[in-house]
Amino acid sequence: MGNVTSSRKGERLLSLPSKDMMAAIAVTRFGLGARPGEIEAAQADPKGFLTAQIRREGADLPQDGGETSAQRFDQMRQVQQLRKMARDRRDGQGDQAAKDPAVQDAQRMLRDKVGADFLARARLATNTDAAFRERWALFWANHFTVSATKEVTSVLIDPFEREAIRPYVFSSFENLLVASSTHPAMLTYLDQAPSIGPNSQAAGSAARRGNGKAGLNENLAREILELHTVGVDAGYSQADVTEFARALTGFSIGRDNEDRAGQFVFREAAHEPGARTIMGRHYGRQGMKQGLAVLSDLAADPHTARHVCGKIARHFVSDAPPPSLTERLERRWMQTGGDLAKVAQALIESPEAWDPTPAKFKTPYEYTLSTWRLIGAEPSAIERLAPILTGLGQKPFSAPSPKGWAEDAQTWAAPDALIKRMQWAQGFAAVVADRTDPNALAAEALGARLTPAVAKAVSRAETRREAFALLLMSPEFQRR
Amino acid sequence: MNAQLNRRSLLGLGASLGIGVTFLGGQAFAASEGDLAKKKLVVVICRGGMDGLSVSPPVGDPNYAALRGSIAMKPDEVLKLDGTFGLHPELSTVHALALKGEARIAPAIASPDRARSHFEAQDVLETGASGVYGADTGWLNRTLEVLAPIRPVEGLSVGGTAPLILRGKVQAASWSPGKGVDESARLPALLQDLYKTDPLLGPAFASGLETEAMAQRAMTAMAPAPGMNMAAGPKRRDDETARKLGSTLGGFMVQPGGPQIAVISLDGFDTHAGQPSLIATRLSYLDTVLDGLHTGLGAEWKNTVVIAVTEFGRTARVNGTGGTDHGTASTGLILGGALKPGGIVGDWPGLAQSALFENRDTAPTLDMRSLFKGVLTEHMGVDRAILETKVFPDSKTAKPLIGLA
Repeated sequence: MGNVTSSRKGERLLSLPSKDMMAAIAVTRFGLGARPGEIEAAQADPKGFLTAQIRREGADLPQDGGETSAQRFDQMRQVQQLRKMARDRRDGQGDQAAKDPAVQDAQRMLRDKVGADFLARARLATNTDAAFRERWALFWANHFTVSATKEVTSVLIDPFEREAIRPYVFSSFENLLVASSTHPAMLTYLDQAPSIGPNSQAAGSAARRGNGKAGLNENLAREILELHTVGVDAGYSQADVTEFARALTGFSIGRDNEDRAGQFVFREAAHEPGARTIMGRHYGRQGMKQGLAVLSDLAADPHTARHVCGKIARHFVSDAPPPSLTERLERRWMQTGGDLAKVAQALIESPEAWDPTPAKFKTPYEYTLSTWRLIGAEPSAIERLAPILTGLGQKPFSAPSPKGWAEDAQTWAAPDALIKRMQWAQGFAAVVADRTDPNALAAEALGARLTPAVAKAVSRAETRREAFALLLMSPEFQRR
Repeated sequence: MNAQLNRRSLLGLGASLGIGVTFLGGQAFAASEGDLAKKKLVVVICRGGMDGLSVSPPVGDPNYAALRGSIAMKPDEVLKLDGTFGLHPELSTVHALALKGEARIAPAIASPDRARSHFEAQDVLETGASGVYGADTGWLNRTLEVLAPIRPVEGLSVGGTAPLILRGKVQAASWSPGKGVDESARLPALLQDLYKTDPLLGPAFASGLETEAMAQRAMTAMAPAPGMNMAAGPKRRDDETARKLGSTLGGFMVQPGGPQIAVISLDGFDTHAGQPSLIATRLSYLDTVLDGLHTGLGAEWKNTVVIAVTEFGRTARVNGTGGTDHGTASTGLILGGALKPGGIVGDWPGLAQSALFENRDTAPTLDMRSLFKGVLTEHMGVDRAILETKVFPDSKTAKPLIGLA
């Protein structure tokens, strides 16, 4: 592990910056922003500080009620029952049913749970000493987005992250992919649960019942290919999407009266019979194993390594990362069979990731959390956090599409967003700044990344509040 | 004069769009600069793949009911437009405008690329390129860029983040509802100083401050006026938000120096399952935004064209879960007091099995770039030659639609 990469002909030699600068980068770029004393803690061995956060058992779990997706499913169904009863009572007037007090109470209870879920997750991020581990988990949660854009998925997002994402972020990519693709939250969010093969036994019975509606839904199949694995450039066709959707038929969720209520089940009767060919690979008739075999091949596909490593490089280093970085991650991925702990290690070892120029503009979530981290506090209530995130375009748990939140500066540094950040910084400053020493805080926040211009602006401010808001709004604090 | 936009076109085969109108030459009728400075264009991007067959159900098409099965609408459920098409019942504002000749549908419009990925297709819509990854700036930003030397035009996007369609060399403004800026604080000036050498934050922050000042004026200048549909009472929970969004944007655009070009994004149109209730909610929202915009623009509505488009349509057949999957052509809405009255824009290919694209989707007969180019040249006065070279390079197969405005 020297500090100069071996260079091929014509490639610039990359050297690592000073220890001071590396400590600041480890904490602000790989992590989630400095907590008091954190840059100092990373000083002795910045790379070791990060490597120590990688662990086989996965990411930390938020300290919340810990309800499982099955429990949440059950609660959601109770609300749906209440609604139905209210509708029946009110003679099918749907709008009136929504105004029923029992229904409103039940809905509020679920909404509060989702708020508490998000708050617990934000508190984990503000309090953790292993912020690189948390950022790594957040990256994967965004890669396998499940969004609250559907009511039923909103209550499942926290269980999804706890059950399908966090335990596997330092496991193999295949384990993570299978966990995500078989989790009730994903099966609900991407409409997989009700999808049945057109020639399956279930389709036959549905036709006999006069329910001609039941059939194939290709949403999950398409998004797994396009977003989770090989990426849109891998050359698959519409026929591949449809064949994959057929292979996935039967991946569903247990109903109320079944022993696996609210959990993954494979419904043999809904599975489209027959062998299939997907992206030139052949899959025999093997029921549930057919879909799993496709997932396994997709996980091992070099296109997947390229697509996902490109995303890792873009998330951690730059909106347009150096190809040498992506290639190094890809090589490690392919050598280790997609071992994510080894890929994380490769990222830490990459000199490109330690370029002192901060190229990443913080997302609203990163920006607000890094503010709380800076003062060693945590958000006290979801009401302190949700409005600012919503105002900045990152409403809690509500990514606009299965692609997840955007990663690029252009998206988040819109004029309106900067004005709203400033208003928030002023509001935050009004509450906490009077108890701080802004000059010391600037050094704590940015370490060696603190530029003379920002240090001067902070030191010359008229009031502590002004100084604090200037620091939060400085180009260096808004980037990582 | 009313353009006849109904000759067969073979867009998919790359043939040029044949439009039977007398070609009037570049700017023969170009309005004076003073008139052009009043012209306004609003683009509404409906993200997620908006189902054209729900926006303007072709209830008179003999194949419609069978293809749509459980989600088909009945002729008496829709707001009638002509012998073939109606509008979704939630689109009452659009329908009222259509009856006055101030709204038309383009029932088989598509981008030139056949991507069925939301993100690629949205990129194509917003970059105005002929294919995916064809450009990294938005066509509306390039419009601002080519107009700048002649008469600087302001562009504005509504929402917390800047959409690709307005990204590029020109700094466009962005705005979303929120609280104002404390004019007395020193912080804005100190920050402008701190961002002096920052190519990203400097221009964006300056633009944000200007827009915020304008918002203050827009909000104080107009009390919320009832929209056309207020008599019926609010339709849904998000009604007020949607109406305010539209009316405030209208308020912006009528101010001296206000934006002449604006973009709003609405998402949630990806209706893979349980489509009827999902699409009703989203179309109600769209309709209410348009109602608010119409109100906010007031007398300036006569100088305005509004286009609502989506990245792609959806499958003609209902899927197994009461929804539809990613398709090809969809319906575009064209509205505004500056619009010339007329029937549908572009051809209707029909829904016979042989007419469906890949035996799956509504077939595209109109390249959306033809619509964009037509509106930019006729309504906004962008020079035809510049349109071809700078704003929509590589768009020879998509001739501008003439006779819309």
